[in-house]
Amino acid sequence: MTDLLTLAASAAGSGLPLGITEGGAWLLRNVWLIPLLPALSFVGILFFGKRLPKGGSELGIAFVGIAFVLALFTAVAWIDHRDDFHGEEVTRTVAVAEHHDEHGDEHHGGHGHPSLAVHNTVTWFQSNGVEFTVGTLVDGPAVMMLVVVTLVSLLVHVYSTDYVAGDRRYTHFFAFLSLFSASMLLLVVSENTLQLLVAWELVGVCSFALIGHWWEEKPNSDAALKAFLTNRVGDMGLLVGVTILFFTVGSALPGQFGSFSIAETNALANAGALSHTALLVASCCLMAAVMSKSGQFFLHTWLPDAMAGPTPVSALIHAATMVVAGVFMIARMYGVFFEGFSIGGSSINMMALVGGLTTLVGASLAFVQSDIKKVLAYSTISQLGYMVMALGVGAWTAAMFHLFTHAFFKACLFLGSGSAAHAVHSFDMKADMGGLRKEMPHTFRTFVIGSIALAGLPPLAGFWSKDEILVGTGGWGLFGGTGGNGAYTFMLVMGIATAALTAAYMTRCVYLTFFGEFRGHGHPHESGPRIVVPLWILAGLAIVAGFLNLPKGFPLVPDSLQERFGHFVEPVAGYFPTIAHGTPSWSLAIFSTLVVAAAIGVAYRYYFVKVEAASKACGKSLTELPNGPTTKYPLARRGHNLLVQKYYLDHLYTDVIAGGTKGPLADVAYSVNQNVIDGVVNAAGENAVKAGNLVYHRFDQLVVDGVVNTSGRASSGAGEELRKIQTGKVQGYAAILFAAATVLAGVFIVIV
Amino acid sequence: MENLLDGWGLTVATFSPLVGVAVMLLIPKDQEERHKLIALVTSLWVAFVSVLLLIGFDLDHTDRLQFVVDKVWIDVISSHYAVGLDGMSLPLLLLTVLVVPLCIVYSWNHFPEPRNPKAFLILILILETGMIGTFVAQDLVLFFVFFEVVLLPMFFMIAVWGGPNRRYASLKFFLFTLFGSALMLVSFLALFFLTGAESFVFADLADNVVAHGVSRTAQLWIFGGMLLGFGIKVPMFPFHTWLPDAHTEAPTVGSVILAAVLLKLGTYGFIRIAIPILPEAAVEWAPWIGLLAVIGIIYGALGCLAQTDMKRLIAFSSVAHMGFVMLGIATLTDFGINAAIMGMVAHGLITGMLFFLAGSMKERYHTLEISRLGGLLVQAPRMGWVFGLCAMASLGLPGLAGFWGEFPAILSAYSPGNGVPVETFRTFMVVAALGTVLAAGYLLWLLQRAAFGTPKEEFADDPHITDATREEWIAWAPMIALIVAIGIYPNLVFRVTDGAVDASLHECLQVNASELTSEQAEALGCADIYDVAGTDDGHGDGHADEHAAVGG
Repeated sequence: MTDLLTLAASAAGSGLPLGITEGGAWLLRNVWLIPLLPALSFVGILFFGKRLPKGGSELGIAFVGIAFVLALFTAVAWIDHRDDFHGEEVTRTVAVAEHHDEHGDEHHGGHGHPSLAVHNTVTWFQSNGVEFTVGTLVDGPAVMMLVVVTLVSLLVHVYSTDYVAGDRRYTHFFAFLSLFSASMLLLVVSENTLQLLVAWELVGVCSFALIGHWWEEKPNSDAALKAFLTNRVGDMGLLVGVTILFFTVGSALPGQFGSFSIAETNALANAGALSHTALLVASCCLMAAVMSKSGQFFLHTWLPDAMAGPTPVSALIHAATMVVAGVFMIARMYGVFFEGFSIGGSSINMMALVGGLTTLVGASLAFVQSDIKKVLAYSTISQLGYMVMALGVGAWTAAMFHLFTHAFFKACLFLGSGSAAHAVHSFDMKADMGGLRKEMPHTFRTFVIGSIALAGLPPLAGFWSKDEILVGTGGWGLFGGTGGNGAYTFMLVMGIATAALTAAYMTRCVYLTFFGEFRGHGHPHESGPRIVVPLWILAGLAIVAGFLNLPKGFPLVPDSLQERFGHFVEPVAGYFPTIAHGTPSWSLAIFSTLVVAAAIGVAYRYYFVKVEAASKACGKSLTELPNGPTTKYPLARRGHNLLVQKYYLDHLYTDVIAGGTKGPLADVAYSVNQNVIDGVVNAAGENAVKAGNLVYHRFDQLVVDGVVNTSGRASSGAGEELRKIQTGKVQGYAAILFAAATVLAGVFIVIV
Repeated sequence: MENLLDGWGLTVATFSPLVGVAVMLLIPKDQEERHKLIALVTSLWVAFVSVLLLIGFDLDHTDRLQFVVDKVWIDVISSHYAVGLDGMSLPLLLLTVLVVPLCIVYSWNHFPEPRNPKAFLILILILETGMIGTFVAQDLVLFFVFFEVVLLPMFFMIAVWGGPNRRYASLKFFLFTLFGSALMLVSFLALFFLTGAESFVFADLADNVVAHGVSRTAQLWIFGGMLLGFGIKVPMFPFHTWLPDAHTEAPTVGSVILAAVLLKLGTYGFIRIAIPILPEAAVEWAPWIGLLAVIGIIYGALGCLAQTDMKRLIAFSSVAHMGFVMLGIATLTDFGINAAIMGMVAHGLITGMLFFLAGSMKERYHTLEISRLGGLLVQAPRMGWVFGLCAMASLGLPGLAGFWGEFPAILSAYSPGNGVPVETFRTFMVVAALGTVLAAGYLLWLLQRAAFGTPKEEFADDPHITDATREEWIAWAPMIALIVAIGIYPNLVFRVTDGAVDASLHECLQVNASELTSEQAEALGCADIYDVAGTDDGHGDGHADEHAAVGG
C-alpha cells in the first residue's frame, strides 16, 4: 500500500504523521537480511546437513553468528539514527481529520524528527486491486529483539552441539533451530499484522516440531500437540482481531477498504480516528492470542508440558524468545491496546488483570514441582505475567526491559538446569539431584546468579526491571515516587506478592538441586566448555543487563548513562501512544527488596536449616520435612493438592473440552451423517428403485411395451444387454431424471 | 504461432486427450508399456500447450477472456462452441493439466486391481478433456456437456477399480451428481427461455437477465437450481454424503483427481455462472450459502474427528475445506472470491497430496485403519515428513498454500458485499475461525497416530514398508514445490485471479441491490461484465479477431 501513502513533510501539516520514514541507514532499510540468514541455513541443513562433517550444526552456528553480528551493527545504526535522523516522515491522509498532535515537543521536528521507525516494503500479493506488502519496520523494540534473539539463539546453538550430541535426529534439530530463528526474527521486524500472523504461526510450528523432537514416545508428541492446539485456540483470536483491525483502519482511510499496516493502525488509534468499540473488541481478540502464545492464565497449560522438548529448546523457545512473542505483539500494537483497554485511565483492564493473575498462578504452581524444568516453566509463566501486567498498566518500557533481562537470566537458568540434568540423566530434583554444587561448580554458580537475578535482588538484572514494573503500577506514591498512567494498586500488590513467591521457590529449587547430598545414581561431573561458556556469558549478562536502564536521577551516575534502554527502545513517534512515565522511588525499591529478602529468609530457614538438620538426623538427604505443614494442616494439604492438580485446568481442557469434542460431539455429528442424512439419501434411493420397478413392471412392461413389443423386440434385447454390461441401473436413473428435468423445466417456465 | 495459439490453443488443449484415447483404442490391451507411454505423452503435450497458453496469456488483462473461439455449434438450440480463458479459469486449468500427468506417473507401476492400464488410462484422459472443457467453456450447453462428460469416467473408475464397497459408492456418486445436474439443467433451460437470449453464451445470458427483466422470484428459483447442482458437486453440507464414500472406495488416482479437480467444478460453476449471471439472486442466497458453508466447516471437522479410517478422514476434511471456499464465495466480495479460487488451488494440491500419501500407505500397510498405523516416520522417514508437511499445509499453516485460501476467506466474511447481511457474516467468520482449531485437531491427531510413535508389532519388520519410490517422488515433488511456493508468494495465484474476479463482480455487486429499484438496477446492471464477449450482437469471428489483436 506504499503507493497510496502520501509522502509529505510533516511541517506541511497535511495528514497524519505515522512516525515512520522510508529513509535511514542502509542496514536499517535492509534488515530483512537478518531473518534471511537463518532461513538459508534451514534450507542448507535440510538438504545438505547430513553430508556435512558436523551434521549441519556448523552451518546453523555460522549463519546465526553472522545474523548476530548484523544485529549488533543494526543496533549501532539505530542508536545513531535514534537522535540524529532528520529525514522525511511518512504521513497519511485520514477520513476523520480530528488528528491532534499529542506526542510532545519531540514530535515537531520540522523536517521529520528523531526516533522515526525505518520502514521498507515490497509487494507480497494483490487482491481487490490493492497491493499487499511484506516488509520491515525497524525501531527500538525491533532492534532490541533482533539482538536478544540472535544472541540467545547463537548461545543455544553452541550449547546444543554438546547437549544433543549423538542424538538420533541431530541434523533435524539444528534445521528446526534455524527455521525457528528465522521465523522469530521475521516476527520482530514485521511491518504489518498479516506478516506478524504468518511469523507467529511459523514459530508455533517450530515449537511443535521441537517439543515433539523425540516423537517416538507418546508423552512427547502429546505435549507437542497440546502446545499447538492450545495456541490454535488463541490464534482464532489473532485471526479475528487482525481482521477487525484491517477493516476498522480501512474505514478511516479514504479510498481504501483496509490496511494491515502496523504503523497506520497504531497511528490512527492514537489519533482517535478509530472506533473505540472496534478497538476494544480487537484488543480482546488479540489478548486471546497473547494468552496462548505467552502462557497467560488460563491458556498457559501447554507451556509446562512443552518441557518435554530438549532443554536448549526450552531455553530458546519456551523461555527467552518465542513465548515473549505475545508480549512483543502487545508492545507492537500498543496504540491499539492503549486505546482499546483505556490503559491510561487507571481502571483495571483485561490485560493488567490477566497479567497479574498469571504472575500469581505461575509462581504458586512453581512451588510444588519436583521437575526442575517445570519449576522454571512456571516461573516463566509468572514472569511473562509480569510483562503483560506491566503493559496493562502502561509501563511499556518496564515490560520491554523485563523481557530483555528475563531472556538472559531465564536462558541461563534453563541451560543450567540442562547442564545439571545432563550430568544426572534426569530432571527430577527430588529423586535424582542434590548436592551438585561440589561436582558442578560452574553450573552451580551460574545457576545461583540466574536465581538471584530472577528473584530480583539488587544489583542483578531482574531487580531493575522488576522495580520498574512495580513503579509503573503507580500505586505507591510514598517518598517522592509518582505513578505513571494511574494507580493500579491491585497490580502492585500482586507484583510484590509474586516477587516474594519467586524468591522463595527459587531458594527451594537451588537447595533441592545443589545442596544436601546427591540422591541420584552414578557420578555426575561438570559439563564441557560448549555448555559452560554459554552459561557464563548469560550469567554475566544477568548481572550487568540491569544497568542499561538505571532510573533517572540515580546518584553517582552521569545523566547520559541513565535510562539508556528506555531512550533507545521506547518509540517516540506517531504510531506509539503517549504514555506517562512513573518516577521511581527509593522506598518502593527498598520495600520490595526487603520482601524478597524476607521470602528468601523463610525458604532458607525451611530448607537450608530445618530440612538440612532433619536430613542429618536421619542420615539421608531429604527434600521436605517429614512432618511439614502439608501433613499437619488439612487446609495446607488441600491447597497443596490444588496446586499439584494445577488448579484442575488440565482436566477441564483435556478431558472435558478436547475429549468432549473428539468423543461425544464428533460421534454425534458422524452418526447424524450416517443415519440421518445418509438415511434420507438411501431411503430416497430405495424408494426411487421401488418407484422405478413399479413404473417398469406396471406401466412400461404392460402398457408401453405392449405397443412397442411387436416392432421393437430386437432393440429392446440390445438394451437389456447394454444394461447388463453397466454395473448398475444407471441408465434407467439417468433417463428418469432427465425426463423429470425436462418436465420440471417446462412446468417452471409456464408457472414463473 | 501467436495466432495459432489464439485460435486453436484451447481447443487443442481440450481435445488432445481424446486424440490420445483414439490412438490407444487401436492398440491391443496387452501392450501395457505402449499405453502408458501414449497416455503420458498425451498428458504432457496438453500440459505443454497449457504452458504455451500461460506464456501467451496477457497477465495485465486477466479480466478479459483470451484465446476466445466462438462458433455456432448446434444451431437448432442456439448453442455455441464458445471457449475462452481468463484469470478465474487459468489457475484451475493449470491445476488440471498438472495433476493428470502426475497421476499417470504415479500409476506407472501401481495400477489398482483389476489392472487393465489401457482402460484405466483411457478413462483418465477422457476425464481430462471433461475437466479442461468445463473450465474453458463459455456457453452453458457446452459447459453442461463437459460437466457431464466428467461423470462417467469417474463412475467407472470407482465402480471397477474401487474398494470392497465400490458398487454402492459409485452409484451414490453418480446419482447424487446426476440429480444435481438435472436441476442444473432445469435452471439453464429456464434461464435461456426466460431471458430470450440469442444463445447460451454466458455473457449473452447475463446481459439478457437484466434486459428482459426476469422477475426476482424466477431469478431466485433459477439460482436455487444451480445451487443444488453445483452445491452437490462441491459438495456442500448437507449434500456431501456421496463424497466420503466415493473417496474411500475410489482408487488412489481417482481420489486425487476427484479431490484436486472434480470438486472445483462445482465452486467454479458458482463464480463463473451462477453469480455473474444472477447477481441479485446471489445476494439473496448468500446468507444461506454462507450458513451451509460454515456448517460444513464445523460439521466436516467433527466428522473427521470421528473417523477411524485415514482415507475417509481426508475425504471428510474436504467437506470442511470446501466450506471455506464456499464461505469466500458467499461473501460476494473480490477478496472472498479470490480467496475461494486460491482455496480451490490449494485444496487441490494439498488434499491431492494427502490422497497420494494415503494410497501409498495403503499399498505398504494394506490398511488405513488409524489405530493400526503408527511410526511412519520410523519406517519411511521421507514419506513421513512429506505427510507432516501436507498435514500442516492442510490445517492452514501460513507459509504454505492452504493458509491463503483460509484466512482471506475468514477476513472477507467480516465485511461482505453490498446487500449481504453483515452481522450474519461476522458470526460466520467467528465460527469459521473455530473451524481452524478443529482442523488442527483432526490433522495433528492423524499425524500423531499415523506418523509419530513406533510401528505397531504387526508391521514392525514388514519388508514391504519402504520409503517413497522414484515414481512417487516424481508425482509428488511438483505438488510439494507448488504448495510451498504459493505459500511463500501467494501472488502467483492472486495476481492472476484478482483482475478477473474484480471485473466479474464489480459491475454487478458494488451496487447495493437492496437499495435500488429494478429500473436503476437495469441501468447500472451487468451489461459490462463480459465487455469483450458482449460488446456487439454477433458472436462470430469478430471476437476472435479482437482477441488476436489483444494477444498481439
